[in-house]
Amino acid sequence: MPSTITLPENAPALKAQSKNLDFYYGAFKALKGVTMPIYENRVTALIGPSGCGKSTYLRCFNRMHDLYPGHRYDGKIELYPDDVDILDHGVDPIEVRMRISMVFQKPNPFPKSIFENVAYGLRVRGEKSESYLEDKVETALKSAAIWNEVKDRMNESATNLSGGQQQRLCIARSLATDPEIILFDEPTSALDPIATGSIEELIGELKSQVTILIVTHNMQQAARVSDYVAYMYLGEMVEYGVTNDIFMKPKRQETEDYITGRFG
Amino acid sequence: MSDKHLSSQFDSELTSVSTRVMEMGGLVESQIRTAVYALAQFSAEAATEVTDMESRVNAMEVDIDRELSSIIARRQPTARDLRLLIAISKTTANLERAGDEAEKIARMVRSIIDSGATRTLPSSELRIAADLASGLLRKALDAFARLDVNVAVSILKEDDAIDKEFDGFVRKLITYMMEDPRTISSSLDLLFVAKAIERIGDHAKNIAEFIIYVVKGADVRHTSMEAIESVVR
Repeated sequence: MPSTITLPENAPALKAQSKNLDFYYGAFKALKGVTMPIYENRVTALIGPSGCGKSTYLRCFNRMHDLYPGHRYDGKIELYPDDVDILDHGVDPIEVRMRISMVFQKPNPFPKSIFENVAYGLRVRGEKSESYLEDKVETALKSAAIWNEVKDRMNESATNLSGGQQQRLCIARSLATDPEIILFDEPTSALDPIATGSIEELIGELKSQVTILIVTHNMQQAARVSDYVAYMYLGEMVEYGVTNDIFMKPKRQETEDYITGRFG
Repeated sequence: MSDKHLSSQFDSELTSVSTRVMEMGGLVESQIRTAVYALAQFSAEAATEVTDMESRVNAMEVDIDRELSSIIARRQPTARDLRLLIAISKTTANLERAGDEAEKIARMVRSIIDSGATRTLPSSELRIAADLASGLLRKALDAFARLDVNVAVSILKEDDAIDKEFDGFVRKLITYMMEDPRTISSSLDLLFVAKAIERIGDHAKNIAEFIIYVVKGADVRHTSMEAIESVVR
């Protein structure tokens, strides 16, 4: 398996890059030397069968694994332009999560009002000015394409919203702190096709402001929303490439077998 | 490559549509053979037979297209599967046009018979080119069934031979027309026949290019022979 890959010519600027990233759940090695570029203002999708390590990889990007004992990283994830290795022990995971936010599989609004959900990250940061908060919340809700649906019910509980609306609210919440990268961990697997369509549309719009990394079980979704695709299997990155190339003419047989449904 | 999908239903759909293409190809082949026979024997009966086959060929093309759309809509094929379906769609279009050319030959044969000029013209010389072209189409279909890129490349080369035959035949027709202007009308009919044969060779060549597309993932249309050979190697 290739531990390095050649970057395409005329590629956009790099936002982040994992270099020989290994990850261990205790004794189990879940990621094996994953080297991969994450391009700025592009959508990179991770695909692969269950247990291939794609969610594990995604979670390394906001140090989620730190929350459990016995987990260990090897290798680096460099974040640009300041070239900081976000896995370095000297780097505060809270700081990393400010810059790299996450949207989960199941919408998980806090049991608070719609407004407070979106304002939460900024309040944690110590923001006190109500007018500033109102501004930021409105901008985030607009970016997440849910402003028109909630602008007259900002004080209602977020849990009253539909699943698709809750997910867009969570996206707004992650946008409010102006992150550089947003991680999506199967953001639509709990949603119906219409809500899924609106989230996919949103991802397409958001990439002008943020860099996006998305894990999805739905290959067609990866084909629809991403610019680059990485196919992972058994903790290794088997193939990385431009989405069109991966879906029309993958270089490796393993990738072809998986995306054409011959895997087994 | 493991040839089987997790969904055996998908496999059988692909097999079924590929089989239909071969059936359609067989029908077009026999249409061309009959047209060539009609030309050699100046048989109005055979010419009519060619025309009758036309509607069956057309119906098959429509049928196959419907099957393709349904597979694409329900299976969302990717990579090699997607390339195969696109190639099938293009191949059936080429087959249908090759059938049209056979029909055109039949029409010209009837027109020559009606003019009564059957004996004075060098029609027998067209048979070499006609046999080459129908042989090429058969070879293309065989190669498609086996997805054989090496045969596909040899088809691309052989099509040049048909083009040369065509050029030689045109020169010969010109001498006939100059010697006896009364043959001009029938000579023109024969020129259209020659052109139709040449076009059948082109359709076989197009099909060969799609075989390379399916197997290698490279679109070799409008590229040089050197480029094609480097793709296949």
